[in-house]
Amino acid sequence: MNTKQTPVPEERPVDAAEDMRRRVRSRSTALGLVLAGLVLLFYIVTLAKLGTSVLIRPL
Amino acid sequence: MSLVSDIQHRDAGFVSSPGAMMGDAHDFWTLLKPRVMSLVIFTALVGMLLAPEGMNPVLGFASLLAIAVGAGASGALNMWWDADIDALMSRTAKRPIPGGRVAPGEALAFGIVLSVGSVLFLGIVANWVAAGLLAFTIFFYVVVYSMWLKRWTAQNIVIGGAAGAFPPMVGYAAATGSFSIESIVLFGIIFLWTPPHFWALALVKSEDYARAGVPMLPVVAGPSATRLQILLYTLVLAPFAVLPCFMGFGGLLYAAVSVVTGSMMIRDAIRVYRIREGAEANKAAMRLFGFSILYLFLLFAVLLAELVLPLPGLGAISSMVGI
Repeated sequence: MNTKQTPVPEERPVDAAEDMRRRVRSRSTALGLVLAGLVLLFYIVTLAKLGTSVLIRPL
Repeated sequence: MSLVSDIQHRDAGFVSSPGAMMGDAHDFWTLLKPRVMSLVIFTALVGMLLAPEGMNPVLGFASLLAIAVGAGASGALNMWWDADIDALMSRTAKRPIPGGRVAPGEALAFGIVLSVGSVLFLGIVANWVAAGLLAFTIFFYVVVYSMWLKRWTAQNIVIGGAAGAFPPMVGYAAATGSFSIESIVLFGIIFLWTPPHFWALALVKSEDYARAGVPMLPVVAGPSATRLQILLYTLVLAPFAVLPCFMGFGGLLYAAVSVVTGSMMIRDAIRVYRIREGAEANKAAMRLFGFSILYLFLLFAVLLAELVLPLPGLGAISSMVGI
């Protein structure tokens, strides 16, 4: 008996969906990293613009 | 065709099925033309370090970042506008928009957001002179070069080359809030370097440009006229690039490097002028194209080294000739 199976055509949409998920994940990760970087950048730039003396103040 | 209908036409041309377009992070990174961005960072840094008064390193880094993002944004807007001709040329057919991975509207929005953001950020971090010049650079590259000159005149890259030459001036302006003759000389070096650099490539890729309807010099005036123009521009460029030595911001090392590499540029331009047929002609053109990148890199790298490292001879030549 020949047990060799022909390729299942339904695999293509699954691959496409997986590829789409990978691309969405890639975009989301990059956007998250950029936003986190911007927060850090704005914080450091604020310190640089105002000077470190801004940290020494009466509370 | 009006600009608005042209824009709508562009967006319609590449959207076959909206779900099919989902570029990943790398595609958006590619839209920024990272190799051009690295050259912009490099030349802007030299302009910044030329400033007599030092800049806070954090603010200097943030300014360079803003300049780089502004340059990248103009690259994204250029790719959005040129997607139709990019699809026709072998060198650019796989870019994210003609490749069908990023929708034109996405690239447009990406470019606009980054343009506005980078200009505002540079204004806040450095000053509004630098921010204004960055905004003008983006406008010049996208509107004057991409939308107007590129498809209209064979002098497209001569005038449009100014966009790529502004970064040292933006860097200097970020540090000082003004311009100087030194930063204008750096502008001049890149401005004069651009035509022989791109025309050398255009000689080899002229069929691509002809197919896309871009009136590059080899397509419009023919290879012979282009070879002559390459040689003439190189003959002006090589001595002009030595000017920093006589103005006191290039030292002895810069003098040696600019003279030697300038002579090599002229030698390669003469080869392009003389060898006109067959594979050897293309080889000579690509050799000039490749060497021109190394040439510009070396000029700015040595200037940077002389500004940062305690190398002897800075200003020696200008003192000798009494300038």
